[in-house]
Amino acid sequence: MSSEFVTDLTIFVLSLLVGFEVISKVPTTLHTPLMSAANSIHGIVLAGTILIAATASDLVGYVIAFVACVLAAMNVVGGYVVTDRMLEMFKPPAARKAQSVSANGSAEVTR
Amino acid sequence: MSTFDTVIRLVYLGAATLFVVGLHLMNSPVTARRGNLLSATGMAAAILATLAVLIESGAANLTAWLVVAAGTAVGAGVGLVMARRVRMTAMPELVSLFNAAGGGAAALVAVHDFLHFTESPGAHILIPLALDVLIGAVTFSGSLIASGKLHGVVPGQPIVFPGARVLTLALAAVMLVTTVMIAAGVGGLAAVVILGLAALAFGVTMVLPIGGADMPVVISLLNAFTGTAVAMAGFVIGNDVLITAGALVGASGAILTKLMADAMNRSIGNIMLGGFGTGDSTGTAAGTGGGQVRTVSADDAAIQLAYASKVVIVPGYGLAAAQAQHQVHELASLLEARGVEVSYAIHPVAGRMPGHMNVLLAEANVPYSQLKEMDEINPEFPQVDVALVIGANDVTNPAARRPGTAISGMPILDVDKAKSVIVVKRSMGHGYAGIDNELYTDPKTGMYFADAKKALAEMTAAVKTLVG
Repeated sequence: MSSEFVTDLTIFVLSLLVGFEVISKVPTTLHTPLMSAANSIHGIVLAGTILIAATASDLVGYVIAFVACVLAAMNVVGGYVVTDRMLEMFKPPAARKAQSVSANGSAEVTR
Repeated sequence: MSTFDTVIRLVYLGAATLFVVGLHLMNSPVTARRGNLLSATGMAAAILATLAVLIESGAANLTAWLVVAAGTAVGAGVGLVMARRVRMTAMPELVSLFNAAGGGAAALVAVHDFLHFTESPGAHILIPLALDVLIGAVTFSGSLIASGKLHGVVPGQPIVFPGARVLTLALAAVMLVTTVMIAAGVGGLAAVVILGLAALAFGVTMVLPIGGADMPVVISLLNAFTGTAVAMAGFVIGNDVLITAGALVGASGAILTKLMADAMNRSIGNIMLGGFGTGDSTGTAAGTGGGQVRTVSADDAAIQLAYASKVVIVPGYGLAAAQAQHQVHELASLLEARGVEVSYAIHPVAGRMPGHMNVLLAEANVPYSQLKEMDEINPEFPQVDVALVIGANDVTNPAARRPGTAISGMPILDVDKAKSVIVVKRSMGHGYAGIDNELYTDPKTGMYFADAKKALAEMTAAVKTLVG
């Protein structure tokens, strides 16, 4: 067992503990955006898929790397964009008031 | 360690810090968006640093670069379009889909790495590798099924076929044996492939027997799984930032899953064993267990609402399913213009996920300050003239206060303490708990049987014509 592995294991365990602490303080109302945010963070796997592409040397390797890159990039980009769309709706009350006044009386909200 | 390596490791450290700070800023709606942007910045930095590693090492040939560029461009494009186009009501299934993508990518990293071992790298690599393939594949197929259930492609009710339990146990046994074989360095590629296929099948048999109403908990659990799979991928390829970010998500998903299950008074084990009814209750056939049900017309409801001084709206799954968030806001605005005090009582698991209802109402421009959480609004119910319950069921059932019912102990909104109650619902069908709601037979409750969108439009029209 290498010392590098022990270092990695230390990082893993401490990161788990940080995750528990940071998350447990988030209010219920933000849980769905939070799940989405956490979902985009595990898109970091894109870094891994880029690294494996470099070691590919045959067709099978390239195909696996390509599919992995597609999936990971989808996770990262889609994840952050959809989280931002959700959070965009939690505007400060002032901005929200102005908007609801301007939209006052409009029966249909097309989207 | 060369200067270049040091710089890369420091960038990774910075990215990990931004992920943690970003999640921390999601404590408050005011800073949440900034948090997400910080997290995205960290992500961009980590990806750029990884590309720099590739350039500096010169390991990648032209084909490899083309594979990376094309794959990333395709994935990013698809992800961007899907994220932009999705309706906010369909958002949970999209998150599940992205989750599947992440899990699949993590599993592929391990498979690819395995193909390139020239000699056995030892158990400290092989164990994470086997776990990466296992968890990644389970997440991939499980999340696809969960997404399909919410989207309606896969039936929402629990699907149990003869021998399903036996099959699941058999698959679990296969996964255990192959994992041990891989860890021991025997079986070669065949063991990895069999493990992957068994895990894919296990993901399907794990999620199929679970009802649609429990999908949020399942998605959250699978989200935690993906994080763990990514961390395992980090061990396999020796990359710190994958380990850190993966572990963060693993922990966050676990906490979130527990909170969701707690709010529904269910244990995670109970949910995963499945077969506990369905959330998409279309049960028009289901009758009442007894007691008289009083129905109200749109006009009656409109007059009650218009002459109330304090109205609390209780939105539930039915409102989300009917996509009636804009209609409810229109009715509320009309009442407010008449001087009625309107607020929204949000149960922790209202909608399809905790917090989902807030997102839907925010989309319809409902001011954040009008959204009241359960603990905040419950003491106010005795002063409430009309509680308007829209498509919410079990979270309003007073039976939860008594021991011995399916929902005993579940935290509920004290809607029955309001002076009068109007319930908008499609039918007398049951919620996911599958029991009668005593609120509906309460003498002060009026039932209005209709789709939430249609009902709200009719009530709004009635308020306009009757009291102008």
